[in-house]
Amino acid sequence: MELLRATEAGPSPKVLIADDEPNIVVSLEFMMKREGFQVLVARDGPQALETIRREHPRLVLLDATMPGMTGFDVCEAVRADAGTRHTRILMLTAKGRETDMARGVGAGADAYVTKPFSTRELMQKVKDMMAGDGPGREDPAA
Amino acid sequence: MIPAAVVLSLSIGYLGLLFAIAALADRRAAQGRSMIANPWVYALSLAVYCTAWTYFGSVGRAAAGGIWFLPIYLGPTLAMLLAWIVVRKMIRIAHTYRITSIADFIASRYGKSPLLAALVTLITVVGIVPYIAVQIKAISAGYQILTADGREGWDGTLVVTLALAGFTIAFGTRHLDSAERHEGMVAAIAFESVVKLAAFLAVGLFVTFGLFSGPADIWARAQAHPELARLFSAAPGQFDSVQWFALTVLALLSVLMLPRQFQMMVVECTDERHVKRAAWVFPAYLLLINLFVLPVALGGLLLLDPGRFDPESYILALPLAEGAPALALFAYVGGLSAATGMLIVETVAVSTMVCNDLVMPTLLRRASIRARQGGDLTRLLLNIRRAAIVGVLLLGYLYFQVAGEAYALVSIGLISFAAVAQFAPTLLGGLYWRGATRAGAFAGLIGGFLIWAYTLMLPSVAKSGWIADDFVREGPFGLALLAPERLFGLASLDNLTHALFWSLLVNIALYVGVSLWRAPSGREASQAHLFVDVFSRPAEAGAPVFWRGAARLDDLMGLATRLLGPERARALFEAQARERGLADIQALTPDARLVDQVERGLAGAVGSASARVLVASVVEEEPLAMEDVLQILDEASQVRSYARALETTSAELRAANAQLKTLDQLKDDFVSSVTHELRTPLTSIRAFSELMLDAPDLDVAQQREFLGIIVTESERLGRLVNQVLDLAKLESGLADWHTEDVDLAATIRAAIAATSELFRARGAQVLPHLPERAPLVRADRDRLTQVLINLLSNAAKFVPEGAGRVDVRLTVEPDAVVVAVSDNGPGVPLAEQATIFEKFRQGGDALSRPSGTGLGLPISRQIVDHLGGRMWLVSQPGGGATFAFRLPLQP
Repeated sequence: MELLRATEAGPSPKVLIADDEPNIVVSLEFMMKREGFQVLVARDGPQALETIRREHPRLVLLDATMPGMTGFDVCEAVRADAGTRHTRILMLTAKGRETDMARGVGAGADAYVTKPFSTRELMQKVKDMMAGDGPGREDPAA
Repeated sequence: MIPAAVVLSLSIGYLGLLFAIAALADRRAAQGRSMIANPWVYALSLAVYCTAWTYFGSVGRAAAGGIWFLPIYLGPTLAMLLAWIVVRKMIRIAHTYRITSIADFIASRYGKSPLLAALVTLITVVGIVPYIAVQIKAISAGYQILTADGREGWDGTLVVTLALAGFTIAFGTRHLDSAERHEGMVAAIAFESVVKLAAFLAVGLFVTFGLFSGPADIWARAQAHPELARLFSAAPGQFDSVQWFALTVLALLSVLMLPRQFQMMVVECTDERHVKRAAWVFPAYLLLINLFVLPVALGGLLLLDPGRFDPESYILALPLAEGAPALALFAYVGGLSAATGMLIVETVAVSTMVCNDLVMPTLLRRASIRARQGGDLTRLLLNIRRAAIVGVLLLGYLYFQVAGEAYALVSIGLISFAAVAQFAPTLLGGLYWRGATRAGAFAGLIGGFLIWAYTLMLPSVAKSGWIADDFVREGPFGLALLAPERLFGLASLDNLTHALFWSLLVNIALYVGVSLWRAPSGREASQAHLFVDVFSRPAEAGAPVFWRGAARLDDLMGLATRLLGPERARALFEAQARERGLADIQALTPDARLVDQVERGLAGAVGSASARVLVASVVEEEPLAMEDVLQILDEASQVRSYARALETTSAELRAANAQLKTLDQLKDDFVSSVTHELRTPLTSIRAFSELMLDAPDLDVAQQREFLGIIVTESERLGRLVNQVLDLAKLESGLADWHTEDVDLAATIRAAIAATSELFRARGAQVLPHLPERAPLVRADRDRLTQVLINLLSNAAKFVPEGAGRVDVRLTVEPDAVVVAVSDNGPGVPLAEQATIFEKFRQGGDALSRPSGTGLGLPISRQIVDHLGGRMWLVSQPGGGATFAFRLPLQP
């Protein structure tokens, strides 16, 4: 609870939305802003990685299939970099296959959400992840 | 002159050496290190063909008729050309069915007929005994020349004959199962072949280069004698090519049909691949042994007193008269080799036939032999065979004593050849003709044999003065038409050619005619199948078994024990149990296959005809009708074709499976892509709907924006569903095509009109470049319009806002039309050009990319492909893109 209060007290945390579908970006941006987060947007993989390294967002909503560099690759790059390792990552994917799920977990995402998603569940998950370490890491297969 | 003691002891010593070699070979065989499993030994063992008749008779024949000794060796040479086809088949058949003699071979082929086996055996004995006498005569004559011993009464030949009988019994009847090889005998024969060749060559070299100074010298000196010159320089018209041909054919047939050749070539063969080596080594051997025939003959005629020496003895007389007694002795040993080799193998072969095919069937009529209970017969059988060996040799000796002086060696040999040649139609026909029957074989053999006896045997007996010879000169009862040597007035041939012509003509005519007269019985047909198709049979397990009935294991074992002895019988059944994967003999089921194998095992010991009778006596069997044979064959071929089909099918299945896996992977990828493409608009639709539902307080502008997105994404979703279905239909070939004559120019104009709103919205212009007259193409108008609209709307998306320009060109080529849609957009990056026609590959980056499904181009290309055309892209990045397609014009 201390952490939560600290979050409420400090400057609003940054959230990066990385997706190549403009309309999905619009909807996610609307949701994040309504929760009071500071929203950054990236349209492809390299741009997303660059933004993460520069802005150190608390959370990244990362689309798995982006041009230039896939979300999985971005995720692995983030985890491999000591400066960004602790960034919370929520993978979004439109591919629902088991192998894709496994790939996502293997790449080191904290959570995994398939499109189309429920806005309420997504927001709940985002809130949990912003709150602290514990409940943020959940098993996507569960 | 050489002392008799020397000659005798040399002869006995030589036979002792043969014993030693044979004993060594047998011991080596028992240790599993065969000396005869070697193509050279096999080829040399075939040279048993060259008997004393060759050794002494060729020179005699050459001295009397020049090159007329040659056809006897040309025939075998020709026969060996066919060896790989004919001999190999005979070997395969004999080894598969454990056939041990030519009589057994013929009888087995025609339904395992005991009568046929007996007939062949009789013909063989009648035909061969004089030939055996020839060998004994040669040994005797050689002995007399060397010793110059005129003493009557004492004769070394009887001793030699009895010694040979001992040798043959020792090495020819070691085991009862004559399908087992006689290793010792074969080794001894191969050795003898080397000895006789060496001896003949030694004398030849001695005469040619010792007594004369080379072949040219002999030739020149022979030319000086008018009578000798005449011998070798026959005018062209005098050469009797018919007789030459007849002799060649006769020798060709006899090298395959003579019992000793069958024994060596077929029964004793250890590996049918050895036939390949023998096919050239044996003819080469014949060439070598004939090399010096003419020089020796001419040398004898030039140097020896014609009154004192028979030309058939020149090979001994020349060295003896010219002061080389050691060489003469060596030449004698060579002659002994030639004679003994023939005697040993011939008697083994003939005694087997006499035992299995004459004596056994007689014994089998006695109930005590056939009865299910009874003592061990192996000793009895071996003793029969031993008695037969002694009997055949003594018969030959008797014949030699009685009639030996009457004929020259050569004429007796040829009479024997003509007798065994009678087997040729039946045996060779049986190898290839399924329709041949037992009755046909009988008729052919009896007919041929009677003609042989009448036209060849009788006259030669008459000429020797044993019977009155007027019937030869004038015909029986004065009927000239039936004169034995001028049958039906055929007088232009010599007596041998004449006899061969008539006997083989009657033989073949009866064999074919009678065979055609009646269809084969079940058993004949089944044996025909087993012989003719011996190479097409697969592994033992898939072979058909022509037997139906019921048997008891104990009966079969009892029978085998009595005839093979307890050890071999046990081994036979143990092998069968192993083959079926059974631990114990008692677990064997007495089914048709087991009965068949037991019968084969017995056939090796007593011949297939007797084995058949014996097996039939201990089992309950059903007669084999033609329908049964066909059914069994059918079943066997079904099993075979099932196996084959199974193999083919599993290979096909593997291939299909691999293909399916690939297809599955493609489908999986496609489904995954489609899912992804469907989920994307759905995500927006769901997200905005939920957001609006949860936040009723949104301002109107925001609501309108969200609703607009929902509508756009819904449209995208609908488009996507349509295109996926469309593409699936095109790819699966289920799409409907309405082919008609299409005016392409008009279609282009219509497509431009349909997309004009898109271009106007982006402030772009479309410029058509159409020829005044364009040929009609055979195509589906709606599909073509779909392609054009797709290309145009793609162009509209990518042209720069407000300055767009799209050119549509239609060009007519001699056999095709080309439509090109060019825009002045950014062009397609090189990296994307290769994949631009693949599904879900949209051009441009995500942000600037106009809405699209990524299926328009794949669909368009699919359509163009279906119409027999081709679609391609030309683009310089930054220089616009041109999508074009070509459609062929129908001639």
